[in-house]
Parts: sequence; structure tokens; C-alpha cells
Amino acid sequence: MLTAYIEGIGLIGPGLDDWATGARVLAGEMEYSPRPTRVPAPAGLPAAERRRTGATVKLALSVAQQAVADSGVDPVGLPAVFSSSGGDGLICHEICETLASSDRQLSPTRFHNSVHNAAAGYWSLAAGATAASTAICAYDGSFVAGLLEALTLVAVDGVPILLSAYETTYPEPLRATRPLPESFAVALVLTPGPTPKARARINATLCSSDAAADRLSDAQLEALRAAVPAARCLPLLRLLARREAGNVTLDYIGRQRLAVEVSACP
Amino acid sequence: MTPLSLTHFTATSCIGCGLQATLASLQEQRSGLAPCAFETVTLQTYIGEVPGVESVRLPVALKRFECRNNRLALLGIGQDGFLEAVAACVGRWGRRRVGLFLGTSTSGMLDTEVAYRRRDPKTGALPAGFDYAGTHNSYSLAAFVQELLGLEGPSAVVSSACSSSAKVFASARRMIAAGLIDAAVVGGVDSLCLTTLYGFHSLQLVSPNPCKPFDVGRDGISIGEAAAFVLIERPPESLDADAILLLGVGESSDAYHMSSPHPEGRGARTAMLEALACADLSPEDVDYLNLHGTGTLNNDSAEGLAVAAVFGERRPVVAASSTKGATGHTLGAAGALEAVICGLSLEHGLLPGSAHTRNVDPSLGFEYLLANRRQPLVRALSNSFGFGGTNCSLVLGRAQ
Repeated sequence: MLTAYIEGIGLIGPGLDDWATGARVLAGEMEYSPRPTRVPAPAGLPAAERRRTGATVKLALSVAQQAVADSGVDPVGLPAVFSSSGGDGLICHEICETLASSDRQLSPTRFHNSVHNAAAGYWSLAAGATAASTAICAYDGSFVAGLLEALTLVAVDGVPILLSAYETTYPEPLRATRPLPESFAVALVLTPGPTPKARARINATLCSSDAAADRLSDAQLEALRAAVPAARCLPLLRLLARREAGNVTLDYIGRQRLAVEVSACP
Repeated sequence: MTPLSLTHFTATSCIGCGLQATLASLQEQRSGLAPCAFETVTLQTYIGEVPGVESVRLPVALKRFECRNNRLALLGIGQDGFLEAVAACVGRWGRRRVGLFLGTSTSGMLDTEVAYRRRDPKTGALPAGFDYAGTHNSYSLAAFVQELLGLEGPSAVVSSACSSSAKVFASARRMIAAGLIDAAVVGGVDSLCLTTLYGFHSLQLVSPNPCKPFDVGRDGISIGEAAAFVLIERPPESLDADAILLLGVGESSDAYHMSSPHPEGRGARTAMLEALACADLSPEDVDYLNLHGTGTLNNDSAEGLAVAAVFGERRPVVAASSTKGATGHTLGAAGALEAVICGLSLEHGLLPGSAHTRNVDPSLGFEYLLANRRQPLVRALSNSFGFGGTNCSLVLGRAQ
């Protein structure tokens, strides 16, 4: 079993501009009214670097900055896990189009932004973060894969960790092969021990089951959870939003699930 | 950290399929780099292509994973009895207690590039049969290998550019230390594609010649491809003296630039020092350093300064080389490939000389090996750095 305390939360999704809004929606205090995801410009990047970033990096950084601000942890020494199924689909599409054309000259910026760890790289630039960072992918199980990486860092290294899990949409023709309906991102700051800012303690256990992971009762939120890998976190966020103790089961890979026991901190 | 056993390992690159061929090439200081005649590429450069990848066919039940990267993975994992070693490991621990952590930077990208040339002229759609999850997605590599090996433990792909398959050792080590698993298959597979060939060319980082790391006249990288796999486990109570161990891992971020290293190698220095601290070792305990050594002007300069800062107090300074003059830069597979090369070095008492490098940069503050050296060695350090300022160093050693 892996234990950590949740000290900061960030959320950006369709109709979910931040965790404050998302928490009200998930707690049932506000009706969910989806509209296209609004991605704010992240803070901290020099102007030249900011101009070079695409929607995916902006999303991953903005949600991470929400969680870090919420936690009050200094990001400079904070190791970070970035998890995404697809990385930047638009850049990938543009590179493939160029390479299929008669002039294969690629934009150097586009090329170095195409790496799966682009968000981790820009995060370290924006935050001046020199601690370790990683970039994980496990297709539809990418949220839990990122969470497991973060939880083992907390457990083994005994330090606070930032997790940013994010997904942006593909343009056609890739979209037809990977139909992600909307951009969505979640970020958590996890700590090894309780602090005054801790919202909840989580105990996570890997398990194997044919039973489906937990779902959401709201049809639109459930559609989002089922369609976007990063949104597989929503059953966990619902418990956090309601400040309730309880258990949730999240999708991982194949028959594997992550069972998470949440206890609210006073 | 508690050392972990490298129970079994294998590597396939342009210098050979499997360990025997790889070792023979290293012993003869043979480079696998050749003028680029890959696919439809028209760049003047040298590449490290693995022969015969195109003719590999995946098992019928795993057809949906068919792409160059997974063909290379299958070719590589079939060498040196690796499949049998994993089966025995599963017998020891159970299939849910064996994790899978693989690095790749471009996965099945080549097949997507080719599919984009075959789009429907009316609708723009990709050809029927294009399988996003099985080939294009970064995780397709681990999904394929997991099904091939019948593993049911935790799995993920690390895709942090050229540090990817060094960092998988860190992920597996933490999973084992946290008690989630008892063993893991780690490794890296990256295959040639147009994105990396034309991409590095756009950054003016590709040499028109075979790369010559740390040469005073170095002028860029040569891109290669490789598949390297390592089985790591909790060690048995008594170890053979010749067992190879993972002793330490260090990771850091430059926080400097997306595609250029920190000029003084700040993050590289931190990664090496953290790896040594993790192994509870001092710089003088290292017998051989396998450098990242890509062959670009800036990368090698920055790494050279970082190495001098870590090892500079020591006389004689550490013996070091880059093996990329032999294999090319295999990007997301480089960390695992060079960990395996360090494993061979430790087993056979061979410090590999640097292929193609002739005139060592005189500014280096350490001993750079041009010729092979035969010498018993106990510990080796391997560096892997990547775009985004990501750094990872591994310490490997003999149980002795």
C-alpha cells in the first residue's frame, strides 16, 4: 500500500476552469455546464519561450501552477511527474504533414517541442525547478501510471511531488484514430506526511479485477471520464470535492485497477 | 539504495544483434555507422541502422502492434535467451509481481509518417488499418512487450527524449523499493524515423560524417536505433562474485533551455553526484564512465565540464569514453543500450575505446579512451541526458 497526503489540486477541463469551480460541480453544488476548455497562459516563462509553447504545454503548466499555488510548496526543489497519453497531437500532425510534402524542412522549435517531455522541460524553465522530472505514458491508463510514479517517489524518496496529468485533442486525420473530445488536465501536489494544508490522505493499492472502475452519476462528466485518459481521476476528485472519506477504484491497464482509500484531513 | 541484480540483459544495435556480436564489435572497436540510405531520406549523414528489421514479423495474435519500432523490439528481446529468463523470473515471483518500464522517444512514428503519405486524397483520412494504439502511441511499445511476455504487473513508458531508457531504471527501482513488485523488465527501443533525422538536421545537430564524440573537430550526432532489455530483481541472499548490480540512480533537470544543455553541465553534474550518493560511493570508486557523448560541440563541452567538476580532484582522473561513435545516438534507447555496454565492460574487463574519435579535445579534464583497455573493473557510471534538460546517471557494479 502506498500512502500520501494531497496538499494541492489543480484542474482544467471543459467548463472546469479551476479546482474551485470543479470542486463545486463535483460536490453537486453547481450544475455542470460543459463548454470548450479554456487554457490560460502559464506564468513564469520568458516571453521568447512562452511564444514557442503550444496548447499542450500551456495546459500542463497552468494546471501544475494551480496545484503548486494551492499547496504553497516551493517548486524549485519539487520533483515532477508529467503524464499524458498523447503529448502534443497538433505538433505531431504538422511534422507528419511536412514530412509527407515535397519540402521536408522541419521547424527546429516544432521538433524540440514534439518530445513527450516538452511539458516537463518548460516546467523546469518556468519554475526554475532543478529537481528530477519525468514524462510517462500508459495510453488510457496514463493517469494511474503517473499517480503510481508519483506515489512511489513520495514513498521511497520521502519528498513532496508534483503530478500533472493532461491530454489535448488531436486534429484530423489522427483524431479519427484517437477521438479525444476535449482537453483536460489535473495536477496534484502530494506529500509524505500530514501538513496543515493537507486536504486528505490517500492509501493506494494495486489490484486486479474484471469489475469496472468507479463511474460518475452525471452523464456528461462520466462521458468525459470515459473518453479522456487524464479524466480517469474524476471519481477520486469527487471524493476530495465532497471532503468525504471513502474508496474509489480507478482504471489502469487491462484488468489492473488502483484502489484508493481517501480519508479527509481535519 | 539496496542494490538490485541485473539478472539478465541483451542489446541489439547497428554493432550487433545480441551480446556476443555486440561484445565482438566493442573488442574490435568496430563502428556500425554507415552512409544514410534509409527509406526516402536524402540527408548527407551517417546512421546506425539495424539490418533486417523490415523482415521481422510479429506473431499473428499481436499483428495490431506491427511497426518498425515493435519489430525492432521483437528482434532485440528474442536474443540471448531473454524470453526464457523472463519466464523463469515470472516463475519466481508471479506475473503480477514483475513490472515493465520501457523508454522510447518516437515509438512507431515512422509508420505514421508513411501513413501520412497515403492519406485518402478526398477525405484526408489515414489508410484503413492504421492502428493508433498499437503503433503510434508511446505506450504501444510496452503494450506489445507486456502481451508478448505475458506480464500483468505495473507498466509504463518513460518518454523523456534521450534519457528515457536510463530513467526506467529509476522507476523500476522505486516500484521494487515501495514493495509493489519484486522484479522488472526495463529497457529502451527507439527506431529510425524521418522525424528525428530531419528534426535533428533542422537544429543543425547532425554530422555529415560518422560522429566523433569529444574530438576537437566533432561536428554533430549520428542517429542510430537500438533495442536493449534488462531484467532487474531483488537480489538473492548470496550473490555470485560476477553478478552485475544496479547500485545507484541520479536524476536532475537543467532548467536552462529546451534543446541546449546548461553550458557548465549543471544538471549533468547533479545527476552524477546523486547517482554516486544513491550508491553510497565516491568518485574514486568509479573505474569507467560511459559518457552521454553525442558528438555535438555544446553537449560534449558541457558534459566534459560536469565530469571534470565531479572527478577533477582525483588523480589519475576517471577513464571515460562515449560508445556513440560505434552505435550512433540511439535516443530513447541509449540509456538502456549503454547500461548493457557497461554490464559487458564489467563482465569482461573491457573499457571500450571511442570509435571515430581521433584528436581528443585538449580542454577535457579527464582521460578519454581512444583505444580499448583491458582491465578488471568493479564499478561503472553511465550518463544519459536529453532535450528539456533531463538528466539521468546510473551506477552499475560487480558484486565482487
